Amino acid sequence: MHKEPLIRVAKRDGMPLYQNILIRAVAIVLAMLLVVLFVHFTAGISAGTTISYMWEGVFGNSIYLRDTVFYTAKLLCIAVALAPAFKMRFWNCGAEGQVLAGGLATAVVMVYCGNLPAPLLYLVMFISALALAAIWGILPAVFKAKMGVNETLFTLMMNYVAIKLVDFFYNKWKGSASSLGKLNKGTKAGYLPDLFGSENSWLLLAVVILTIAVYFYLSKTKHGYEIAVVGESQRTAEYAGINVKTVTIRTMMISGIICGICGFMTVAGHDHSISSSTTAGGYGFTAIIVAWLAKFNTGFMVLISLFVIFLERGTSHIADKCSGFDASASKIVIGLVLFFVIGSEFFINYKINLRSKHDKEVA
Amino acid sequence: MATLIGWIVRAVVFGSVVMYGAMGEILTEKAGHLNLGTPGIMCTGGAFGFAAAYAYENAVDNPNFLVCILVAVGTAFLAGALAGLIYCFLTATLLVNQNVVGLTLTIFGVGVGKFFGTYVIPEGAVSTKAVFANKVFIAKIPGLSGLGIVGELLFSYGFMIYLAIVLAIVVHLFLSRTRVGLNLRAVGENPATADAAGINVTKYKYCAIMIGSGITGLGGVLYVLDYGNGTWATASGDAIEALAWLSVALVIFVRWNTLRAIWGSYLFGLCYWAYNYVPTLIGVNVSTELAQMLPYIVTIVILILGCTHMKQENQGPAYLGQSYFREDR
Repeated sequence: MHKEPLIRVAKRDGMPLYQNILIRAVAIVLAMLLVVLFVHFTAGISAGTTISYMWEGVFGNSIYLRDTVFYTAKLLCIAVALAPAFKMRFWNCGAEGQVLAGGLATAVVMVYCGNLPAPLLYLVMFISALALAAIWGILPAVFKAKMGVNETLFTLMMNYVAIKLVDFFYNKWKGSASSLGKLNKGTKAGYLPDLFGSENSWLLLAVVILTIAVYFYLSKTKHGYEIAVVGESQRTAEYAGINVKTVTIRTMMISGIICGICGFMTVAGHDHSISSSTTAGGYGFTAIIVAWLAKFNTGFMVLISLFVIFLERGTSHIADKCSGFDASASKIVIGLVLFFVIGSEFFINYKINLRSKHDKEVA
Repeated sequence: MATLIGWIVRAVVFGSVVMYGAMGEILTEKAGHLNLGTPGIMCTGGAFGFAAAYAYENAVDNPNFLVCILVAVGTAFLAGALAGLIYCFLTATLLVNQNVVGLTLTIFGVGVGKFFGTYVIPEGAVSTKAVFANKVFIAKIPGLSGLGIVGELLFSYGFMIYLAIVLAIVVHLFLSRTRVGLNLRAVGENPATADAAGINVTKYKYCAIMIGSGITGLGGVLYVLDYGNGTWATASGDAIEALAWLSVALVIFVRWNTLRAIWGSYLFGLCYWAYNYVPTLIGVNVSTELAQMLPYIVTIVILILGCTHMKQENQGPAYLGQSYFREDR
């Protein structure tokens, strides 16, 4: 006799917005409970202290706040860069490499063309950053479009090509010193001047413009529409007369260029240095998760980026306050929370039906 | 000659770490799951495997050779398998996107490895060493390793290196010659058809991914206790992460065949360590970073060639990267 399974999963057709928000809120609350427990058992501080330390490390004073704004802007910039590619269902896992490529080109121009007059120097830095990052984005796209090469793995490998290339210049420039330090220490050639009293403003300004621009590009332009159609079905796109290859390559070029802007702003406007571990700092990978969670909506990306940075900077601050509590805990905290938020997608897309009494009687 | 031998020996040990990761990833991918969490899994395995061995030898007066192996390898396997369980639950049961879950697992796993690894390190220091476990893991084959060049090339490694080769053969035979292996491949090629044929898709996925992740975890413990001279440092986590991406690359390089992974991984090792030995060998200076870039570039080339020149059987599983929801048919 066949028995209905205890749990039956069915796809949902849709869900009211409040329910969607509720599910995510529950996921975040559960995750934060786990985080608080984790911190309690490892650092030995109470839930209240944990949250207040986190809050302090993120918004506590103007220095912390400035860092929070900068890193949120950086993460958001990369997530925004990924949005067009993801909407096209092109798995650009190479943002880390594309940011590094942009940063590296900037640094190379800073070091070797430092004696150019300032406006021209900035221009050359900017253009070469965009160009190199675009190449990093276009290369996988060309092979995907022409030959169907798997873009996930291609872009992943390109990350490490960029990382090793950056390491190459890093070690070359640092010589026998223990670390590279700032580039052009004496001349400060290529350092972006302050804008509205802070050099961070450049990235912030760029991100605000890009976030709005990409939003409109994806939702209101012909290009954006083409990207959506290619993402839904390549065949449909071909029948509709859309040149899939052109769209693929063009979209990845845009993705690469925006990553390049991020790399440029980081190196010229903030770090004044380059390193494979901090210039992109793993944000290229985190941004993939941010962009995916936001479902290509750049507005949601702002919120999610801020939340991720809150977790990261907040946990680092706990590590500063409590000795013996390592800063790498921020990775655990981000991972934990993201697992819950990602997992909650299931309850948004699927419905769970438990076996009812009625079914039992029928069986 | 000594340089050449030194190079090969180093490459083999390095390659074996990559090989463990690749074997785990191949098993996972054969079930149709692209696990980008490999670096996280390897890091977790390495950290806990090391911590267990370290705790064991410090707790016992006369640590036993065999128990040390069991403790280290067992813990690493278990830690890896548990990390794999998180991935598997989210992707196979909750049907969430595999790339996203994998990348999150990498962030999480590297964090877990580094965080709990630091507990072992005494306060103020940046590293600590498991002396006895290191001895166990690099113990050469007595007698045979003394046979001149042959002895050094073939018999001078720790047991994990030979275990890797045995595992590669076993996994290959399992996938190509057994009914269960055939079923597993069917799950990766077309889960709907496999399901219709009466194969329990979910069970196969859980088993393949968890065992695969456990094997990946072994790579981590090999890294710390043999390749890394038994030392766990605050930077070990990041080093394992960078190395584990090579495992993901190796899977493509060897076209999902664990037998090819044996020489493929050693070749990666030779590329990676070229900078240290080639200068003295032929007098040409090789840039460290550019030589280390080589494995990644070769993988890209193979990836491209794979789409134009390779036979069907050399392609990856058809359903790789896609979730399987039964009612989607």
